Amino acid sequence: MPTISVGKAELFKALEREYTTEEFDELCFDFGIELDEDTSQSTKPEDKAQPPQLKIEIPANRYDMLCYEGIALSLRVFLGKQTLPEWKLTAPSSGELQTLTIKEETMKIRPLCSGVVLRNIEFTQERYDSFIGLQDKLHQNLARQRTLVSIGTHDLDTIKGPFTYEALPPEEIEFIPLNQTQKMNAKQLMEFYDKDKHLGRYLHIIRDSPIYPVIYDSNRTVLSLPPIINGNHSKITLNTKNVFIEITALDKTKVELVNQMLVAMFGGYAESIEPIKIVSPHNNESREVPNLNPREMQVEVDYLNNVTGLDLPPDEISKLLGRMGHTVTPSASDNNLLDVSVPITRADILHQADIMEDYAIAYGFNKLPRQNPNKAATIAAPLAINKVGDIVRLEAAVAGWSEVMPLILCSHEENFEWLNRKDPGGLAVTLANPKTVEYQIVRTSLLPGLLKTISSNRHHAVPMKIFEVSDVAFIDLSRERKTRNERHFAAAIMGKTSGFEQVHGLMDRIMLMLKSAFIIREDGLTNDDLEGYWIEEVEDPTFLSGHSAAIKLNIGGKNHTIGIFGILHPSVLQKFELQYPVSTLEINLEVFL
Amino acid sequence: MASADLPIEILHALDKSTPLLSSEAFPNVKFLDLKSALDRLASREMIRYDTLEREEAILEPEGEQIAANGSHEARVFEVLRKAVEGLTVQELEKEIGDKNITKLGQGKAFKEKWISKTKDGKLQATKDSIDDLTQQQMQTIQNTKTLPDPKVLAELKKRKLVRMEKVITFKLHKGPKFALEIPEEAIDLTPEMIANGSWKTVTWKPYNFKARGADQYAGALHPLNKVRAEFRQIFFEMGFEEMPTDKYVESGFWNFDALFVPQQHPARDMQDTFFISDPKVADPPRAESAEDKRDYDTYWDDVRAVHQNGKYGSIGYRYPWSGDESLRLVLRRTHTTAISANMLYKLASKKGPDGRPPPARYFSIDRVFRNETVDNTHLAEFHQVEGVIADYGLTLGGLMEFMVVFFGRMGLTDLKFKPAYNPYTEPSMEIFAWHQGLGKLVEIGNSGMFRPEMLEPMGLPKDLRVYGWGLSLERPTMIKYGISNIRDLLGHKVDLGFVRNNPAVRLDKN
Repeated sequence: MPTISVGKAELFKALEREYTTEEFDELCFDFGIELDEDTSQSTKPEDKAQPPQLKIEIPANRYDMLCYEGIALSLRVFLGKQTLPEWKLTAPSSGELQTLTIKEETMKIRPLCSGVVLRNIEFTQERYDSFIGLQDKLHQNLARQRTLVSIGTHDLDTIKGPFTYEALPPEEIEFIPLNQTQKMNAKQLMEFYDKDKHLGRYLHIIRDSPIYPVIYDSNRTVLSLPPIINGNHSKITLNTKNVFIEITALDKTKVELVNQMLVAMFGGYAESIEPIKIVSPHNNESREVPNLNPREMQVEVDYLNNVTGLDLPPDEISKLLGRMGHTVTPSASDNNLLDVSVPITRADILHQADIMEDYAIAYGFNKLPRQNPNKAATIAAPLAINKVGDIVRLEAAVAGWSEVMPLILCSHEENFEWLNRKDPGGLAVTLANPKTVEYQIVRTSLLPGLLKTISSNRHHAVPMKIFEVSDVAFIDLSRERKTRNERHFAAAIMGKTSGFEQVHGLMDRIMLMLKSAFIIREDGLTNDDLEGYWIEEVEDPTFLSGHSAAIKLNIGGKNHTIGIFGILHPSVLQKFELQYPVSTLEINLEVFL
Repeated sequence: MASADLPIEILHALDKSTPLLSSEAFPNVKFLDLKSALDRLASREMIRYDTLEREEAILEPEGEQIAANGSHEARVFEVLRKAVEGLTVQELEKEIGDKNITKLGQGKAFKEKWISKTKDGKLQATKDSIDDLTQQQMQTIQNTKTLPDPKVLAELKKRKLVRMEKVITFKLHKGPKFALEIPEEAIDLTPEMIANGSWKTVTWKPYNFKARGADQYAGALHPLNKVRAEFRQIFFEMGFEEMPTDKYVESGFWNFDALFVPQQHPARDMQDTFFISDPKVADPPRAESAEDKRDYDTYWDDVRAVHQNGKYGSIGYRYPWSGDESLRLVLRRTHTTAISANMLYKLASKKGPDGRPPPARYFSIDRVFRNETVDNTHLAEFHQVEGVIADYGLTLGGLMEFMVVFFGRMGLTDLKFKPAYNPYTEPSMEIFAWHQGLGKLVEIGNSGMFRPEMLEPMGLPKDLRVYGWGLSLERPTMIKYGISNIRDLLGHKVDLGFVRNNPAVRLDKN
């Protein structure tokens, strides 16, 4: 969630009263934003050096509250101090709109552009900073780090329309970037900003493309190289009177949304909001922008009242929704319907459910009538595999073993090489983007976690007896998600003796508790009707030669190998830094379902 | 002295004179030997003793040297007194045999006016005799282990001539069962004693009631799973069915798209979610068994429609929805709602007695993943507790009332609800409870009613509303048990002592 810093004194002046921190916190709470910090209570020198700030967390879908102007406006409306302004477009006195023509080549890199002109704007330092801050927040959030949308702002008096939005090879684009003195071409610019802390992270968006997007004025002055940087020529300052805003994008919905937000937040400081004409015949995107009309929708009175548990008449609902910025009138044709005008600031409204939430917020969540939640009786039931798992967990603990909960993700070598196991390929689920080697794959065995746990607990006395019941996962191309979990039980003992009989005994005990009888191998192999388990020696490189056994099970007329136990091979001990002998046991519990 | 005989010796000494000071009667016995012999006798009530603590002044090596040879200044004076002609500094040094003592002694002797310089620069004594006070003090300390004037003692301590040591001595008395012989004592009841009846006459060694009992070498369940068991119990008591959580790997479709999380949402970022490189891609949602006759293609198309163009009264997000993005495989991320979506889609095809999908209550508690930089409060893995209630005519007030009951079972009261944002619920409410210890409201969970854009593509009737809420298992556990580092609770670095010694969990108590 974005956090916005606003001047405390300014905001309280806008809200026409002083609040204590607690009172303001409560207002935020009721409205659904969060007061993160009041720096007047801070002891940090950097906070004391400036006038008190309120740091406010804004929900991720409220793009209209990403700057001081938006927060003040929303709260003033919520408190009933004003209604939302109506934003209107005014054509210039000449009647000639600024024109921006989009060339077809931009289709290959960044096809969309929108824009607006703010005439006779009055900047102060605060307004200017807020203007820059809002662009930054929109770039970070809605625009997904400038990939989807990016904004350029220009002093219109330094440039001359009509403008063109083109896409050219980087070597052909030459200009002085913002706040620089040297002219460079776009290829050089990429190198110049490669190590730049702020801009470096955006270069990848266009770097490898054979053509870069660029906006020119009629004198071939570069306005900007979206989404990286503006030209220095048209830079806006505190003295700028007429602002030309261009917004380039990949996303049709978001480009207009950004335009509307900028206009709604800063149009109020300008004498007029002037539309511009976009000429883009090749993709049918020629139009006048921005569109400042509210969106009309209808909502059902009984739906609003049913879900909130309220029973208010349409006019009272309308009043409450007014405090959330909506203009609401009961429908002329149907008294169960309300006509709602959703302002351009409320891009988060998608469905009447959103209007219903606004109704509940305006009324006050914590004042809503409470109702008995038990409408229908339902029957509780545990998940079958969890029931089996819990039986095994309890029996292992009762037998004197301690439960541990290592992580499910592990490194490739812990799961394979360290256990002397070879990765056959197509077995372990592999992660594409882990931040550390600790998280390379989803484990296919519970052993690495158990052995790492013992290794981290070497300061405890031996014998150490631990177990885990949890899932491992395998690739399984027959499934929709191409993978499958499997519930395992595993135990490990480290002591001065090998502990082989201990894991063997634990296995016998668990089998007994799962109602599986011990049978003799020959009987098990020859008689499918005889249910029960037996063990047989196996060679497995994880274990010391001659000291490991497979666990076999006849159940429901079927013969399964369900696990293995044995004394770990000394090379395995070495890899996990274990100084005493360790024996382990691992069983697949799925067959007991 | 052999410690085996010590108790007898003590008894004999006490027989001759009582009370007795151990420092006088047994000055050379090691402290630990003495203490164990006394305890042995005292436990049998043959003697009793008081412990006396006092501080003794002990000479440091330099102090001992002064006690033996005199202070530095006295030594300088003595050498010069013997040399009638006086001595040069070098000669003096040679006589004393220590440069440092000569230097320190010289300065002090000048200050005391015991010596002076002759015209030719030699040193000479100015008196016939002096009083070496420092040596006298050292000798007093050597003999009495203290000085009458505490100020002087403090001064000597500062000069590092003396240090103070705590000395414990015992004052011994005869006990009620005093004797010169130590009687045979039985430690424990044996089968032989029961058989031959000797238990009737035997002298019992008193049991030490101050000690701990024998270690049980007990097995233990993990504390986090103990908290999980409490949560499950609460869910069962309230009629919830446990959902199958046996899928660590989900497709983007189930984890995000079905939940109406747009494809450009930050949660779907590489920074946030673990994507899978092997296997490559999921299949579109489909039946995995012959009994499953649901129409997955329509579901897929409707999910696309509600994102891309809007449907079911929603204008949608209006972006080109990508099927490929939906088929990317991810590790189940931060919520188990993918599973809830699965269950609700199943519910849509069920028919209750009235022909409509019946009301249902589901829950799950299982591991979730996030691609996070690990620190004290964040691991790439944690557990999510999630509950879902589907019913007709549900209201927001019902959700709040349910939360009051649910969290009340955990001893959390005075709940407050804050409007919040979540892509798949509307309204969304963060749940806060008053934390007595911290003296403030703390967030304890998230809740809401699932969006129509999530439910209606599944084919659920419009008037079936669904509550959903979730919280992590670790957070309330950490708050309850005052744990500040999540790595002390989950993962292989957890201390086994913590697992073994953590009390049973009763969420409603303490």
